[in-house]
Amino acid sequence: MNFYGLVDGSEASLKNYLKTLSGVDQVGANARAAMLSTRSIKTSSKRWAIDTAISMVDLTTLEGADTVGKVEAICTKAVRPDPTDSSVPSVGAICVYNDMVAVARKHLDLIGGKHVPVAAVSTAFPSGRASIEVKVLDTQDAIDAGASEIDMVIDRGAFLEGRLIDVFNEIVTIRQVCGDKAHLKVIFETGELVTYDNVRKASFLAMAAGADFIKTSTGKVAPAATAPVVLVMLEAVRDFYEMTQKRIGVKPAGGIRNTKDAIKQLVLVKEVAGEEWLNSKLFRIGASALLNDLLMQRMKMDNGYYASPTYVSVD
Amino acid sequence: MSDRIDVKKTYKLFINGAFPRSESGRTYEVKTSKGVFLTNACLASRKDLREAVVAARAAHNGWSKATAYNRGQILYRIAEMLQARTGEFIQEIMMTTGVTKVKAEKEVLQAIDTLVWYAGWSDKISSLTGANNPVAGPFYNFTVPESMGVVAAIAPENPSLLGLIESIAPVITSGNTVIVLASTKAPLSAMSFAEVLATSDLPAGVINVLTGKKDEIAPWMASHMDIDAMDISGLPGKLTSEVKVAGAENLKRIHSFKGTTPTRITAFTESKTIWHTIGV
Repeated sequence: MNFYGLVDGSEASLKNYLKTLSGVDQVGANARAAMLSTRSIKTSSKRWAIDTAISMVDLTTLEGADTVGKVEAICTKAVRPDPTDSSVPSVGAICVYNDMVAVARKHLDLIGGKHVPVAAVSTAFPSGRASIEVKVLDTQDAIDAGASEIDMVIDRGAFLEGRLIDVFNEIVTIRQVCGDKAHLKVIFETGELVTYDNVRKASFLAMAAGADFIKTSTGKVAPAATAPVVLVMLEAVRDFYEMTQKRIGVKPAGGIRNTKDAIKQLVLVKEVAGEEWLNSKLFRIGASALLNDLLMQRMKMDNGYYASPTYVSVD
Repeated sequence: MSDRIDVKKTYKLFINGAFPRSESGRTYEVKTSKGVFLTNACLASRKDLREAVVAARAAHNGWSKATAYNRGQILYRIAEMLQARTGEFIQEIMMTTGVTKVKAEKEVLQAIDTLVWYAGWSDKISSLTGANNPVAGPFYNFTVPESMGVVAAIAPENPSLLGLIESIAPVITSGNTVIVLASTKAPLSAMSFAEVLATSDLPAGVINVLTGKKDEIAPWMASHMDIDAMDISGLPGKLTSEVKVAGAENLKRIHSFKGTTPTRITAFTESKTIWHTIGV
């Protein structure tokens, strides 16, 4: 592997590569994210944004209490989010735990949802605390069951200790397991990385190691996908594109619960990375409750009156 | 020494237990009965209403499950808190409506008594409107009144405080949560009453108070799918048909009342019937 010619796989080359990164102006990032969050999106633009956001949702259920019934229910919802309105697009993907991948894939195929991919969280999600052998098996298992996207977590302990090469090698290994069968999303758990500098560093490390997507969080730790963190990651993919001509996707996850939050994310994408990123191939939103709010806002725009959660499915 | 400069009070909305300004940033002038400028009040927008509905819906689960005894206690507590601030309310009512001190005081005292009156009803209403129904089979069959959910109320222009309390207290007694649009011309006592609510152990979101224009807010209340019923006692006649048509779309129960009556409580309850087998 040549890692875009940026790294040769040795620890020294990785250090040299990451050393070239500029630091993140924390105050500036916060201020810019806050400024972009004030933008008002109305009428036809809002309508477009809602449909685009629906198509970007990775509809997620990651609970210990997940059942086959629940996974099948969200699969049904993923294909046709509003049963009364066929003009609502399908969501970007279904995101489930490893053992539910086969259930989800089978049910999606059954109900005409072949176009909806199944993403599996992998590598001892959410903590990432397992041996590399277990992580490889975990990933292989999900791919065999029909997952076409793998959401792996990095070893935050190793990252914070400075063992960056271990983090890098782990991503490379999982990348090899995915091969051309599955997209790889790398989760940083930005709430545990402490600084924006670390987020930028992790982004470049993961991108060089072969990530197709970089993802903010597991959804199990707060704060998760805050606007400034997403901004920092979007700047990273933009800069990486300039270096390598390769577009890497971004997936904020956790804490995006309503339409307003989702539209703020779209504004960030447009203004920071650019319009090329404004589609479900390069931007996804990991969420569960968000979809209902998007549907309710859509109903409001169609009917002219405020909708009630009673009229959308619970999950 | 120069005269001290008065600290002006900012009148805001009361949504989810907090006092935000209107999302729209709009205000309107509140004047005395003689047309002298008093203060600015928030001109609530339909988005403020939407926020209030979300808060009221979230609060409903807890409030409706609280014991009737507990709800009565909290209503009584509101009366206690209101009584302690009687003087302030008399002032505000006199300023906005121009009535005499005697009349204003009478209104405030009556408002306190009304709260206590409805507080007393909270643990009695189910005994009176519930029933043990005879059925032809080995079953017990009970009917119990339950709260409907989120209720929107339009308080009358006058009396501004008493009318507001008449449109709130009976609604929450049975476990509903409420969004009330206060008197447009005399909103001061309503917003000060919100301060009373904030210190009365009332869970956030159970009562939400908006100030603004009835023709702007009432139709949105009526068409909102997540509001279950409306008290339009304070709605001007010319808006009634518009509101009723909008409310019919979502089968909203829409009522109007006069005076203090237990009907104001029962109108916002639904009867639940329970079948239970009689043991062998």
